[in-house]
Amino acid sequence: MDALMLARLQFAITTVYHFFFVPLTLGLSIFLAILETIYVRTGDEKYKRMVKFWGKLFLINFAMGVVTGIVQEFQFGMNWSEYSRFVGDIFGAPLAIEALLAFFLESTFLGLWLFGWDKLSKRVHAFTMWMVAIGANISALWILIANSFMQEPVGYVLRNGRAEMNDFFALLTNPHVWVQFPHVFFAGVTTASLFVLGISAFHLLRKSDDQPVWHSSFRFAIVYGLIGVILVIMQGHTQAQHMVKNQPMKMAAAEALWDSEDPAAMSLFTWGDEKNRRDVFAIRIPDLLSILAYNRTTGEVKGINQLQAEYELKYGPGDYVPPVAITYWTFRMMVGSGMLMLLVVLMGLYFVIKENYQNRNWFLKLALWGIALPYIANSTGWIMTEVGRQPWIVFGLQKTADAVSPSVSTGEVLFSLIVFTLLYGVLMGADIYLLKKFALLGTDRPKSEPPVESLTDRFGVEL
Amino acid sequence: MDLNILWFLLIAVLFIGFFFLEGFDYGVGILLPILGKDDSQRRQIINSIGPVWDANEVWLLTAGGAMFAAFPEWYATMFSGFYLALVLMLLALIVRGVAFEFRSKDQHPKWRATWDWCIFIGSFVPALLWGVALGNLVRGVPIDGDMNYVGGFWNLLNPYALLGGLATLTLFTFHGAAFLTLKLSGELLNRTQAFAKRLWLPAVVAVVLFVVSGYWATDIFTRLGVNPGVAPVIAGAALLAAGYFIMKNRGGWAFFMTGLTIAFSAITLFMGLYPRVMVSSLSADWSLTIYNASSSPYTLTVMSWIALIFVPIVLGYTIWSYWVFRKRIHSDTELEY
Ligand code: HDD
Ligand code: HEM
Ligand code: HEM
Repeated sequence: MDALMLARLQFAITTVYHFFFVPLTLGLSIFLAILETIYVRTGDEKYKRMVKFWGKLFLINFAMGVVTGIVQEFQFGMNWSEYSRFVGDIFGAPLAIEALLAFFLESTFLGLWLFGWDKLSKRVHAFTMWMVAIGANISALWILIANSFMQEPVGYVLRNGRAEMNDFFALLTNPHVWVQFPHVFFAGVTTASLFVLGISAFHLLRKSDDQPVWHSSFRFAIVYGLIGVILVIMQGHTQAQHMVKNQPMKMAAAEALWDSEDPAAMSLFTWGDEKNRRDVFAIRIPDLLSILAYNRTTGEVKGINQLQAEYELKYGPGDYVPPVAITYWTFRMMVGSGMLMLLVVLMGLYFVIKENYQNRNWFLKLALWGIALPYIANSTGWIMTEVGRQPWIVFGLQKTADAVSPSVSTGEVLFSLIVFTLLYGVLMGADIYLLKKFALLGTDRPKSEPPVESLTDRFGVEL
Repeated sequence: MDLNILWFLLIAVLFIGFFFLEGFDYGVGILLPILGKDDSQRRQIINSIGPVWDANEVWLLTAGGAMFAAFPEWYATMFSGFYLALVLMLLALIVRGVAFEFRSKDQHPKWRATWDWCIFIGSFVPALLWGVALGNLVRGVPIDGDMNYVGGFWNLLNPYALLGGLATLTLFTFHGAAFLTLKLSGELLNRTQAFAKRLWLPAVVAVVLFVVSGYWATDIFTRLGVNPGVAPVIAGAALLAAGYFIMKNRGGWAFFMTGLTIAFSAITLFMGLYPRVMVSSLSADWSLTIYNASSSPYTLTVMSWIALIFVPIVLGYTIWSYWVFRKRIHSDTELEY
């Protein structure tokens, strides 16, 4: 492998890893803020125990998001210096703004929240969690403004051999941001809800102490998840329609659509021959792709071969086809997990309405396994988004191959790739160990009235 | 004053804020195994920076982001050029960050000892590397006509830069000790005060060596001229005053003085750089300056407005958070980390 491939691999690994922790932060921070607000309003100690319990898991996850984020901040300069020179005029701005507006807010107020239980009034304490939630989600917004420029460049001119910003407002109103951000936002809500649902289900199953907390959490998670999953799917649909117009090649790859069709059929399962650009075996549903793309039964969806020809005319000779198999399968994995999550929360809703969910052991077990689903969807969704854009790093403006740092040698990237991967592996182990430990530990409500003997034991004095 | 100068100043301010704040965090991390004799003491030490270390680190992230936005060529050249050094620094920052959060979440002594080492190493390595980086920035590194660094890794470890590393390492440790004398109490406080006294001389020696060798290694002396201005004088005087106050157990003043030393040393280095941001040792024409490395005037204008609006807000709530946590930590304080 050459330096370029290694740099790509390293970027993919470190970024996907970072995004393993981010969605939970996005969704769970809001969840915690809501719970704590209820606690302040009602004074019911149950909600405080909920905040403390989920808050602990939040913190463990947050720490991982923070430290992996530091790598992200410098990676563009480290491995993609030509990219940084070419788009820095535009791309650096949202990154700097993200740090100034979001990271300061998040980290300062999280410190206040964690260490401020007995130093701040209840109201102010709940307010600090709202600030954390707002900070986290603003951070997502700005990073997606940056990413959207790569997907759909706007507000720039080519001048002095680079892309220069000439309309900051256009960057903010980039249509791509406003289809992407809601999808990521609700993906965060979904991730948090399935996380809470699964762990609550486990404690219902185990009949752990402090049952009211698990019942409440379970029901909250169902409602939260319902909102999240439905909106993430609807927004995904919007995003796909946007993609047909603006990055048709990505859509063609995601559907393994070799030639244009009108009306276009949607692939249910395709085993393709990527080299010769043909299907080996395929099950396809007629017209469905046109319906998804345009909300009507007709309309052309362009195929890979036609787009390749079109791009050769426009951008000169070259290969403009992204890795089709990866794009195709990651798309299916995301959509598939989305559908499964919808199923889980709908069933959960049904059982909640029937008020018999605590007896449905099979469902409680299913919900526990369901924690994996949002993680699959998040990672595959991003892999599809980024791989489907190849060979471009900035769509239509710069190719990934021209973006890599010339001054970083293959050996250096190999070294950093290995040490980052090893360290990330070890940290994942520690992270899961702690999450599991504290998830199992339950809340810290004093167990039902302790008998007198045990009190004597605990304090070593006669009562 | 044009916007390029303004952004050079702003980035300098961000780095100074970072060195000032994260400087004592690093110092505290380095002192952890030395001062913390048992688990409770180590927890008190860690909790002294518990609520603020993450926000302090964001000063660095913001400085990095601001470099990218205002001087993309600087960002690109420096971070691809100092590649392996930066990888080391990132590894250190990663283990350090998780260690704070993870260490007290399990009782097992091995678990805690492992993360304590991570805190120590994760603080030691960056405290050293920042000085090495600064030394190299002012000394000059091989940068070619395409603004690419062509020197490799070992080139960065020249004697002058290493002295710079030693200077930041000792200064940050001393700064951290001064901070701890403000935060701790009881027997731990006594030990900290006694140890802080022993840290002053090494810091003075390292700084003097760094300054003197700068006469041969850099062009700072000729640039600043016979009358170097007040910045280096304040830095030197503050370092002497810090020693005086530490000896008198006046922690607050000592901390203020170590802070001044760090801030004004950084100001001196940035003055020596200006108007360059990276010095090329191959040809003066190939140095990166605030003009040939900068963003367009439009981007700088946009960013200026944003900084003007949001920097005061950030400063406001940062100060508030230090106010909330102004009290000393006692051995019976409820500890989160
Ligand atoms: C819980 C997570 C989750 C779920 C259930 C879904 N997605 Fe998704 N999707 C993401 C999480 C995600 C993501 C990881 O957050 C991505 C990556 C980039 C982005 O904008 O969001 C994404 C990207 C993404 C893109 C790529 C956009 C682009 O390249 O510009 C499309 C077209 C969809 N999604 C469509 C869908 C559809 C039709 C879904 C129906 C079930 C769906 N997503 C469910
Ligand atoms: C602002 C946000 C993001 C930016 C600016 C960005 C930028 C980039 C860059 C510079 C590359 C290198 C080109 C390449 O390797 O092909 C890349 C590739 C990649 N990114 Fe992103 N990315 C962002 C978000 C994400 C996220 C959140 C994920 C996943 C969680 C992700 C996943 C990937 C993957 C998997 C690749 C490898 C693609 C390939 O090698 O073909 N990206 N992205
Ligand atoms: C590839 C570009 C990215 C960069 C440069 C980046 C940078 C960072 C940095 C430096 C941090 C640590 C902040 C701290 O110390 O408090 C961080 C954390 C965070 N990032 Fe990223 N990030 C990237 C991708 C993303 C994406 C795509 C999202 C969201 C959609 C995101 C959302 C967050 C959030 C919410 C946090 C808070 C901490 C946490 O994850 O728990 N980041 N990021």
